[in-house]
Amino acid sequence: MLIPCPHCGTRPVEEFTFLGDASVKRPTSNDPASMDQWFDYVYLRDNPKGRFDEYAHHAGGCRAWLVVSRNTATHEVYGCVTARDYAKAGGKS
Amino acid sequence: MTSFRLDKGGLIDRSSELNFTFDGKAFTGHQGDTLASALIANGVHLMGRSFKYHRPRGVISAGASEPNALVELRDGGRKEANTRATMVELYDGLIANSQNRWPSLDFDLGAVNSLASSMFVAGFYYKTFMWPKSFWEKIYEPIIRKAAGLGTASKLPDPDKYEKAYAHCDMLVIGSGPTGLMAALAAARSGGRVILGDEGSALGGSLLSEREEIAGVSGYNWAQGVLAELASMPNVTLMPRTTVVGWFDGNIFGAIERVNDHVIAPSPYEPRQRYWRIIAKRAVLAAGAEERPVAFGGNDVPGVMLASAMRTYANRYAAAAGKSVVVFTGNDSGYRTARDMQAHGVHVEAIIDSRTESKADAGGVPVLRERMIANVSGGKGVAGVELTDHTKISCDAVAMSGGWSPIVNLACHRGAKPAWNEAILGFVPPETGKAFVAAGSAAGRMLLSECLADGASKGTLAGKALAVPKCRDEAFAVSPLWWVKQSTGKAFVDYQNDSTAKDLPLAAQEGYKDIELAKRYTTTGMATDQGKLGNVNAIAILAEATGKSIEQVGTTTFRPFYTPVAFGAFAGPFTGHHFQPVRKTPLHDWADELGAVFVETGLWMRSSWFPLAGEDWLASASREVLATRNGVGICDVSTLGKIDVQGRDAGAFLDRLYCNTFSTLAVGKARYGLMLREDGIVYDDGTTSRLADDHYVMTTTTANAARVMAQMEFAHQALFPELDVTYVSVTEQWAQMAVAGPKSRATLQKIVDDLVMSDETVPYMAAKEVTVLGGVPARLFRLSFSGEHAYELAVPADYGNMAARAICQAGEEFGIVPYGVEALSIMRVEKGHVAGGELNGTTTAADLGLGKMMSTKKDYIGRMMAMREGLTDTNRQCVVGIRPVEPGDRIRSGAHILKLDDKPSMANDQGYLSSVAWSPMLNMWIALALVSNGRARHGERVRVWDGLRGHETIGEICDPVHFDRENKRLHA
Repeated sequence: MLIPCPHCGTRPVEEFTFLGDASVKRPTSNDPASMDQWFDYVYLRDNPKGRFDEYAHHAGGCRAWLVVSRNTATHEVYGCVTARDYAKAGGKS
Repeated sequence: MTSFRLDKGGLIDRSSELNFTFDGKAFTGHQGDTLASALIANGVHLMGRSFKYHRPRGVISAGASEPNALVELRDGGRKEANTRATMVELYDGLIANSQNRWPSLDFDLGAVNSLASSMFVAGFYYKTFMWPKSFWEKIYEPIIRKAAGLGTASKLPDPDKYEKAYAHCDMLVIGSGPTGLMAALAAARSGGRVILGDEGSALGGSLLSEREEIAGVSGYNWAQGVLAELASMPNVTLMPRTTVVGWFDGNIFGAIERVNDHVIAPSPYEPRQRYWRIIAKRAVLAAGAEERPVAFGGNDVPGVMLASAMRTYANRYAAAAGKSVVVFTGNDSGYRTARDMQAHGVHVEAIIDSRTESKADAGGVPVLRERMIANVSGGKGVAGVELTDHTKISCDAVAMSGGWSPIVNLACHRGAKPAWNEAILGFVPPETGKAFVAAGSAAGRMLLSECLADGASKGTLAGKALAVPKCRDEAFAVSPLWWVKQSTGKAFVDYQNDSTAKDLPLAAQEGYKDIELAKRYTTTGMATDQGKLGNVNAIAILAEATGKSIEQVGTTTFRPFYTPVAFGAFAGPFTGHHFQPVRKTPLHDWADELGAVFVETGLWMRSSWFPLAGEDWLASASREVLATRNGVGICDVSTLGKIDVQGRDAGAFLDRLYCNTFSTLAVGKARYGLMLREDGIVYDDGTTSRLADDHYVMTTTTANAARVMAQMEFAHQALFPELDVTYVSVTEQWAQMAVAGPKSRATLQKIVDDLVMSDETVPYMAAKEVTVLGGVPARLFRLSFSGEHAYELAVPADYGNMAARAICQAGEEFGIVPYGVEALSIMRVEKGHVAGGELNGTTTAADLGLGKMMSTKKDYIGRMMAMREGLTDTNRQCVVGIRPVEPGDRIRSGAHILKLDDKPSMANDQGYLSSVAWSPMLNMWIALALVSNGRARHGERVRVWDGLRGHETIGEICDPVHFDRENKRLHA
């Protein structure tokens, strides 16, 4: 698989490490009433077939955290943005 | 010995004489030969013994699909098992040995298996060796492994090099036969970057073996013309001896280039093989088609081979498979063999054609229609054949053709299954998208003219398609011919696994009707050839046995790799220390000079202890502890992770990363920090110092340095992108040493410039930027892991050795010793400091006795989840000290804690010893342990039960700080 890193260009997948679903958002509340949200954030992940936004760390390159959008069934890569831009855009690639 | 070398023709250099040995016997061949063709030319057909029955076997094919002629090639460290004699290029000095025979290939005792063959039917492993159960591991399996082996591996290291390489292209063409040449030419003339790869030693594919006519010249000459044009073009890379073995995501192809398999030894500057990763915008599969054998009695007798193989040996290698030949076919292509062999002066007895009629040109050879070969007579060579009508014909070689199967493998590597095509009686590639398409006979287009046109059309990248030259087509008509049921002898479907045609109906009868199950039950389609020849016949026979169509039965799964790949090629250059580098600290040379024993921790070489003559590790470490606690010691702590954090929000960022607060830390001070995971479990610890308002230096544990850095990057970029902060790992930029003991200040004072060191100028937990040794920039921290009055000094890496030597000189009058991680570890256990044994990925801050560090005034990673019920339960195991009640008793790490009256069981388990050390200060073994509700149980006597090592003693739970509980020494 090839990943189009916004900094380094198209690079082989071996240069990256992955951290799963990028669409989950870390809760901001420290109120004990928010515990369910935290539990979901830390433990629960969907395993979708099809389009999937996934954190990727370009550890063998620019060291940026990226969000790679790909098809989990075909491994077609739709695009790649920095995690920073993804977060600023409110979790959309 | 009679020569079977034809007088003329072939693509061999008759002026060359190459000497080689097979099973120790000397032979000669020519440049251009394969090992198989040279043996055939020498009249040798017996090249191996079969897997189960140890039957004599010869070559079946002339290419990559060869199931029988597997040999051990070369010797010593270069020995390679299971190489296909059909793919081994002959070179002078080649050494090959047959496999799977004892005592010799000619007389193999294992052949008695044939007499007991009823035992060896489908599923024989499961049926024969199931009882008694205890016999499997000790008796049956080792015997089977020994008897049913292929070749043996060398136990010596491989002396050769392997490389990895990448290539990018607009068009990758796989296969250089008529289709591939047209595709490559079309793509090249459209201006694209083209790679043409072929597994053969020379490019040209079938045009090297077949007598064809293209554009008014011979197929071979036409191919040479195209190759000359391609070679002259700067945008074309020709890659012979390169097998494309896999198709992967992103249209990436794996390919093995056999750079130096055709010479006796590679030059020292070249690899044996190169693993290519080819990233292709588009690719054409022009791999051609594979001829199928037919299952009939004795279809494995040496001298029986594929019809196309027989004419390849004659046309390309000028080697005659026999003096008198019978051709057995169910399609038109068998007729070519009869005509070609006749043209070479070999007598062809007859063409046995299973069909009622054919329009193919028999060239005057008698054709016996509607008949089949029932049995071949002969043992180690063909003596004759008996037909289904009981006609007997004498001959010494048999050519067989059951039809043609497109080589679809690569097109199926990403999961799609091929489709059955009734017109050609073969599976054709599935739809694979535009980036990778099959062409020519690989796509089921079986005529030469179709191949040329298809190649031209699929290779063209832009503009008008390449013009297609005129050619002469051979007839192609095919009828089903899988299995001659009238056979009385063994009719093999899969040669390599010794699976017979009868095994498949038997498997179906016993319930293994699915092709994937039948494959595993009969082992058909396994091993090095992966059923390249046998699978379609097996599918057809299974279809008939189960009353299904071939399409319904379908194929097994095609997976990479197309042909076997050597481990060396996968490993490439990444072996030994090229696989995992050695990290040496800046103080390595200093420690080495002092006789340090190094221990590998992760990639690092850490000085572990510094033995004097006659000392073992414990004596050395104990002496180092005593000398440090009574005077002064120096220890290399450079491996700790060091991360420089700067920016307006540096403090706020650290507050998010650590459970305690760093934004409130005064400039010039250091603070111990504890980092949690988001699930509330402790992740890492270390001290962080504030050098300026917007500048911190944090340290991590050695083991977690890289992971913490990645986690910081994630936290900042993905979670808190609003923070204005930057950070960089400076682990390797600074040499850091701990100087500990009552004389540490007096020692360091002698090398620090200007500064007068005192409790006022360098108080406990101070962090100061200073200079040492007349101007070397340094950072001085008053930190202590040992519990002594101690410092850490950091200098730029290149000054490390110098600074350490200077400190040793300065401390000489105080009896300074270097100490290693063993002494460091003893001292931290004496002081009850937690480390790897306690920061084990299951403990909370409270478990470690550090619960008070968790701030309630800010958000940080792990805060919320650490509040969960299960993580705040008072019965959780927490850190305590353990001492044996009898001071002379030894306790060992890993021993479990039980109440005095409890029996050992999971239910009674109270915890375990996480770290154990011999304390030279207390003269006894001491431990840190994780014990349920341990803090409330100080003073309780417990069983210290070590079931693993069969040892038990009585211990007492105590405070984890075993030594100097009041911390007087820290401030001395």
